[in-house]
Amino acid sequence: MKLIVAIIKPFKLDEVRQGLTEIGVHGMTVTEVKGYGRQKGHTEIYRGAEYVVNFLPKLRIEIAVSTELADKAIEVISTHARTGQIGDGKIFVTPIDHALRIRTGETDSDAL
Amino acid sequence: MGALLLRAARCAALIGFAIAIFSASTPAFAATPGIDSADTAWMIVATALVLMMTIPGLALFYSGMVRKKNVLATMAQSFAAVAIISILWAAFGYSLVFTGDGPWLGGLGRIFLAGMDMNSVNAAAKTIPEALFMLYQMTFAIITVALVAGSVADRMRFSAYLLFSVAWFILVYIPLAHWIWGGGFLGSMGVLDFAGGLVVHLSAGVSGLVAAKVMGERHGYGHENLSPFDLSLAVIGTGLLWVGWFGFNGGSALAANSRAVMAIIATHLAACAGALTWGAIEWSSRRKPSVLGMISGAVAGLGTITPASGFVAPWQGVIIGIVAGAVCYWACTWLKHRFKYDDSLDVFGVHGVGGMTGTMLTGIFATASIGGVSGVIEGHPQQLLIQLYGIAVTLVWCSGVTYAILKVVSIFVPLRVSRQAELEGLDISQHGEALQ
Repeated sequence: MKLIVAIIKPFKLDEVRQGLTEIGVHGMTVTEVKGYGRQKGHTEIYRGAEYVVNFLPKLRIEIAVSTELADKAIEVISTHARTGQIGDGKIFVTPIDHALRIRTGETDSDAL
Repeated sequence: MGALLLRAARCAALIGFAIAIFSASTPAFAATPGIDSADTAWMIVATALVLMMTIPGLALFYSGMVRKKNVLATMAQSFAAVAIISILWAAFGYSLVFTGDGPWLGGLGRIFLAGMDMNSVNAAAKTIPEALFMLYQMTFAIITVALVAGSVADRMRFSAYLLFSVAWFILVYIPLAHWIWGGGFLGSMGVLDFAGGLVVHLSAGVSGLVAAKVMGERHGYGHENLSPFDLSLAVIGTGLLWVGWFGFNGGSALAANSRAVMAIIATHLAACAGALTWGAIEWSSRRKPSVLGMISGAVAGLGTITPASGFVAPWQGVIIGIVAGAVCYWACTWLKHRFKYDDSLDVFGVHGVGGMTGTMLTGIFATASIGGVSGVIEGHPQQLLIQLYGIAVTLVWCSGVTYAILKVVSIFVPLRVSRQAELEGLDISQHGEALQ
């Protein structure tokens, strides 16, 4: 099992969700986050006072998938979240030791 | 079924209510001779409009421009001004400003509203009840005190703000309002200030500037990000201020007449011209017209037309609005940085500079057919000198007395919150609350 964490542009969420649903990923957790990478920030001006805003709003998506599905899911996220402009985000993949569905007590792949 | 019954019951109640209204032909008591129903009705509405300018208008305008940790504290300043100044105004403010005709201060005849009955009128507004005149002028005192708070936002201790506000109302607002509106020496010598370019805007602006200088810069000013929490609040606040200003300037005619309408038209057009001018300057110099810029321009136009409305023709309102947008933009973006003062929400840049500019322009554009007085354009250049004298007196009195008040208040309680409290935010440190 793999945990895929993707940081994407907020307006790309629907496309990514749709793509993942099509390949059989049936759950995700989304968090509004702020951060910066190569994109750095942008400048805001208020009555002549300029502020550099370092942290830009992004969405952090977490999905847990079976190992077989992981590569496919990564590909779907990267194609659907891409604009080609700087700031498209990143994908991180880590192994999952154990999973459990709280309601039924099912574990590991049955719990995904 | 239940909902249908409820609706039917509501309809029946409405119809019954309508019948009751139309059949009530005899008033409960006869109107006082001299008091005009139309004037009274308009001035009741205008009073509500001006109160709306402070809460929620100014409260939203200001709190939208501060950081999230200071939003409630900024609203508290407007709210406290309403509560405190209203009571002080009824207790002695009204009497000292608007009764008697001494050159320096009014009389004590209406202390705690003594002798103000159903039939009494003030000589300044003979067609409305004196109680209404008192209430209308109360809303001006409130907003003037509340305006000053914008200069010291983000750092003033709440207890110090309350002490300062009370003292400032008594020692700055009361005398100045009497000098110009209550029959004092500036009004008698012909200084024109229709709705408060000097009494409200310049007095608040220059006092704010002095307070900002005395208090010092906000922590992080000039190098940290102090960007506004939510400008959409400020936009809503500006809308409420703008609409309220119809009562502010239109109501200053003190009657439901053509002069009130002329004042409202000039006011509205000046706000539009100010918003467009500020936005256009930003668009050409910084490539984007900001929302904060447009609302700042609108408020600048409104503050600047305030002394002139009621004296100038509608199209002169447009010219005054354009000048306001340009001059106040310059004051907020250049002057402030050149002289290194942290006037947090630009009370001086928008209201002080606007009030001063508008008072001068009143001396230039005053039109006899509108307000009965001619300015420079109609061949009466002395009017400009009189206006400049009014500005000079206002500047000297407000800055000097404000400085003295702050020094005295600081003996009893520190003006600023501690550095730790400032970093934490005034909401939690002054009020024990916070936005989540």
